Amino acid sequence: MSLYQMQKFLFDINRDDGLQQQFRADMSAVLDRYRLDGEERRAIETGDVGLIYVLGANGQLLMHYAAYLGMPWADYIAAMRVGVARHGPVRAGVYAMTTRLDERVADV
Amino acid sequence: MSLVFAGICSHAPGITGRAQQADRSIAGAFFHSYRSMGDELAAARPDALVIVAAEHFANFFMNNMPAFAVGMAQSYEGPIEDPQWLGIPRTVIPGNAPLSQRLIREMMQTVDLAYAEEWKFDHGVMVPLSFLTPRYDLPVIPVNINCQGPPLTPLHRAWALGEALRRAADLVPERIAVVGTGGISHWPATPDSGKINENWDREFLQRWQANDKPALLSYTDEATYRDAGQGGFEIRTFISIAAAAQGRGSLRYYRPIPIFSVGCTVATMEIACRT
Repeated sequence: MSLYQMQKFLFDINRDDGLQQQFRADMSAVLDRYRLDGEERRAIETGDVGLIYVLGANGQLLMHYAAYLGMPWADYIAAMRVGVARHGPVRAGVYAMTTRLDERVADV
Repeated sequence: MSLVFAGICSHAPGITGRAQQADRSIAGAFFHSYRSMGDELAAARPDALVIVAAEHFANFFMNNMPAFAVGMAQSYEGPIEDPQWLGIPRTVIPGNAPLSQRLIREMMQTVDLAYAEEWKFDHGVMVPLSFLTPRYDLPVIPVNINCQGPPLTPLHRAWALGEALRRAADLVPERIAVVGTGGISHWPATPDSGKINENWDREFLQRWQANDKPALLSYTDEATYRDAGQGGFEIRTFISIAAAAQGRGSLRYYRPIPIFSVGCTVATMEIACRT
């Protein structure tokens, strides 16, 4: 569990256009710079926003990363619910889900 | 007397980013109140606008997280987010570095601040500016309170920041406006996004309008997280404005708008004599 490193990656890529380009060109080389465990690395490699959420990434970091990935708002919200359904409750941080899996808050 | 305007407003990114998904008449009334606050701000003829915002990892991270930071640059860029996603074009916002320096020097007498000559504005500053100063022609000085990465800045320190800001503003010849931005109860960036505890919000706004310091500082982070979500931690910015203005507040608009993920708020506060 290296949540800090995973969040550092999200922080860096969200604010650095150059890193975003490098990431698109060579994902592995960028991820090698962070001490991620296997689950964290896989979550990023596969664009599994739901798993990143469950691993405890701060929502503000993840929201902007999802936007960078090009996810429409409804898809991003849905991905987090899918993450909880597949992987269980959020494991760390202060962004836990408090609504039911079948609840559509704000009709999303 | 050089603090000339004080107010608070919501800054949720959905306000601009998802404006098209909201009921037009409801959103329209909110936007009208927001722009009217901009008119009031302009009528106060400020030389600079100090925005006390809760930022979201645009500049500060857990590698070196300040409890408070104040911008000290001659200009700023924003938004850091994808402009399409936020619905606000990227632009350069003027700052005022010498004024920042003078304010910071005075505030530091009572509050330990970080300062930053580089600062990218995120939605916490850009959404309010897009309504209040849409031509981006008023110099802005950003102030951040850590409402994101626990351990968070204690509420009584947010109050102390507001007092320091007031003292500093009163010592400079420029006319200073202060605006606090944030949300009250909300659960942003979670599947709960859109959940709003209206009763909690109205209770908080009542305390804020009454400028009831003991009541404003009595919230614990545990209770806020339970009742108002992690977004509720942003009450720090509104509390700092109450401490700066020291007067009575006037609520101009409040209504939960779930697609914006927040109880949308616009309020001003009279500037009372310093006690």
